[in-house]
Amino acid sequence: MSSLVIHHGLNKFLAKLRWPITIALAMACLYLVFNIYATGQVAWAMGVLLLLAVGFYVYLSKGALSYRYLFPGLAGMAVFVAFPMLYTAQIGFTNYSSAHLLSEDRVRTYLLEQTTPDEARTMDYTLHADGNEFRIVVTSRPATPAPTPTPAPTSASTSAASSPTIQYASPSLALLSAKPPNKTSMLPLDQASFALNPPLPLIEVLKHRNILMQLQLQLPNQTLLNYTGVSEFGPLNPVWKTSNNDSLVLIESGETYRPNRDTGNFENDKGAAIQPGFKVGVGFANYSRMITDPDFRGPFLSIFIWTVMFSGLTVLFTLALGMPLAVLLNWEALPYRTAYRTLLFLPYAVPAFISILVFKGLFNQNFGEINTILQSLFGIKPAWFADPTLAKIAILTVNVWLGYPYIMILCSGLIKAIPADLYEASSIAGASPLTNFFKITAPLIIKPLAPLLITVFAFNFNNFVVIALLTDGRPDYLNTKLPAGTTDILVSYTYRIAFQDSGQNFGLAAAISTVIFFMVAALSMANLKFAKINAENK
Amino acid sequence: MAIVTGNSQRWRVLAAHAFLWILIAITLFPLLAVISISLRPGNFSTGTLIPTEISLEHWKLALGISYQAADGSLVEPPFPVLKWLWNSIKIATISSLLIVAISTTAAYAFARLKFQFKSTILNTMLLLQMFPAVLALVAIYAIFDTIGTYAPWLGIETHAGVILAYLGGVAMHIWTIRGYFETIPVEIEECAKVDGATQWQTFRYVLLPMAVPILMVVFVLAFIGTIVEYPVASVLLREEPNLTLAVGSKYYLLEQRYLWGDFAAAAVLSGLPITMVFLIAQKWIVSGLTAGGVKG
Repeated sequence: MSSLVIHHGLNKFLAKLRWPITIALAMACLYLVFNIYATGQVAWAMGVLLLLAVGFYVYLSKGALSYRYLFPGLAGMAVFVAFPMLYTAQIGFTNYSSAHLLSEDRVRTYLLEQTTPDEARTMDYTLHADGNEFRIVVTSRPATPAPTPTPAPTSASTSAASSPTIQYASPSLALLSAKPPNKTSMLPLDQASFALNPPLPLIEVLKHRNILMQLQLQLPNQTLLNYTGVSEFGPLNPVWKTSNNDSLVLIESGETYRPNRDTGNFENDKGAAIQPGFKVGVGFANYSRMITDPDFRGPFLSIFIWTVMFSGLTVLFTLALGMPLAVLLNWEALPYRTAYRTLLFLPYAVPAFISILVFKGLFNQNFGEINTILQSLFGIKPAWFADPTLAKIAILTVNVWLGYPYIMILCSGLIKAIPADLYEASSIAGASPLTNFFKITAPLIIKPLAPLLITVFAFNFNNFVVIALLTDGRPDYLNTKLPAGTTDILVSYTYRIAFQDSGQNFGLAAAISTVIFFMVAALSMANLKFAKINAENK
Repeated sequence: MAIVTGNSQRWRVLAAHAFLWILIAITLFPLLAVISISLRPGNFSTGTLIPTEISLEHWKLALGISYQAADGSLVEPPFPVLKWLWNSIKIATISSLLIVAISTTAAYAFARLKFQFKSTILNTMLLLQMFPAVLALVAIYAIFDTIGTYAPWLGIETHAGVILAYLGGVAMHIWTIRGYFETIPVEIEECAKVDGATQWQTFRYVLLPMAVPILMVVFVLAFIGTIVEYPVASVLLREEPNLTLAVGSKYYLLEQRYLWGDFAAAAVLSGLPITMVFLIAQKWIVSGLTAGGVKG
């Protein structure tokens, strides 16, 4: 109880600090929200503000005492389980992808920051050692005139061709210091009061390339020169300029590109689009693609059928193996049952990511141990991962290996609950063990087992890990626009669309995920219904 | 039990033993094979299943030690397995501790306190956990991408981010702990309240010490659950030194760089401790599985 007393004293001390700490925290939180708001992410800012406000209310209000215990858990579930589901559904209605990653404003800002070297006014440069420091000398090219304070790029070619070259020199620059200069002003070389060493050879100059790339040279007329090539410094011109109605003008051609908010690109009158595009809502386009686009629908349907087959057959086979095993392990006449149970439980105890990869190696066509055995016994060497049917057999084998211990344990628990007098009665009647199994055991456990089997089905319906680690969906279908694998299930296909080879189409992947959400919801409903029937029968 | 035994019974027992032996042989084959492969020299040899020549080269590489090959060249470890194992253990330990803390307090509220929307929240929670995180990977990626722009230490490619993502999966654990709390008689806490303890003190000093066994079970369950988690970690972690074991292991068996022997040693090294933890905790886990099963 002494710790209670100490705790009490600590509480008193903390009580004094309560308001200052609360206010400091609140300020920090508001600062964060303001920061998010300032970058233009209004929706995110509102969300964070709401979450923090609820948090503060729960911990400050006396009325919400119970929720203090709940808040962290519920907030975690809301932010990382519920919100991602809603957000996925929302992304499914957009064209969010690697080509349409940013918002329209961010894309506009990005394009306006793009520059192109001004070829007409580019100058050659040389680097000259000056003690431990360096001087840069830029030389205008003979064919072009010296830059004028208000340069007009188009007039460059029409000017006199024989204008004299002009040279500018920098003051001595400490390029080797820890913080090399990033901007320096240049003076005409003929006004220079120092002697110039001979220029360094190119190989020496290249050593300073990274520093020179950060350097800006300011000519007396305020023109800024940037590193534009191995031996060049030149002014950078913006590629785009703003125009009215949110559109952008390509300076070089004067063409106007208007934001097209249906496709998410800046487009000119001819419909030519500029990359990167921006994120826009596309309505049901991703969904209609699943139904109407024949190039997409074909593999999508096959993948759906395989997903159902994969989960259904897994349930069937694990049940066919797990249930008899459970019966055997509950058979009192059988010695060493505990040892058998522990050994048969092992596949469930080994981390799945390891055993799946072990199987991947064992099934390897040339170096795998399974083919070594098959070759010595039957002289065959099946290509497990190159042939779709064999790959599916391999996946099912691995998944049954992984899954039967779970069914075994579930059945075992249910069999233990069957009253022993049923078996006594049947043995008096002279029933065989098979009769016992089919007339007593199976009928009695199948009802409580049904919702659990649905759970197993739903789990395997989304068993991403086994596919991703064993075959990665391969071998792929030929002639499909988006890469699709013959052993892909819906979730692994979604993952591929979103994070692998096909241009990171997050929108389409999210739409497929949403469809799967509804399928899982349907399975859960069926599950609940079975559970309810069971509860009523009890 | 009075069951008539006869000649046929003896044959049945023998048949059952034979059946179980065959099944155990098939079940254990991959596990024993991988141990043998880890001790066999070379990554490509398809030698005998029981190695004729024992070599520790793969084990050295798995432990991060380089070794001198027969042709005199120095073979460097292909992947930082120990670093990955450490990453996995770090992430799993921290997130499991947080998960236990979060779910214990929430379970207390569900088991003992009265508040509005209690059953609604419970049902929503159970419904939510039926949807696996793998379905919302795009959103999770986008969320952490956004978080990263404001708090880089919590974004993509950070372990803190992965831990944060795992904190959403507490529904099942809340359910388990709540079930245990409800088996503890309320009277003890009421005595403490009569003695003047506050609600928090009753929870912290009376209920919690009695619930230590279930907290350990939940910790182990959460630990195993997070250490083998693949989808979320594979999306949030991409750079080699950051990976967890679950994400990194598959790089051993790429077509273009097939390191079967090295993988075997790394797999045994990292799989063995996790399997041991699981087997030790097996009793609780099994009872948890069947208990959850009966409840549906």
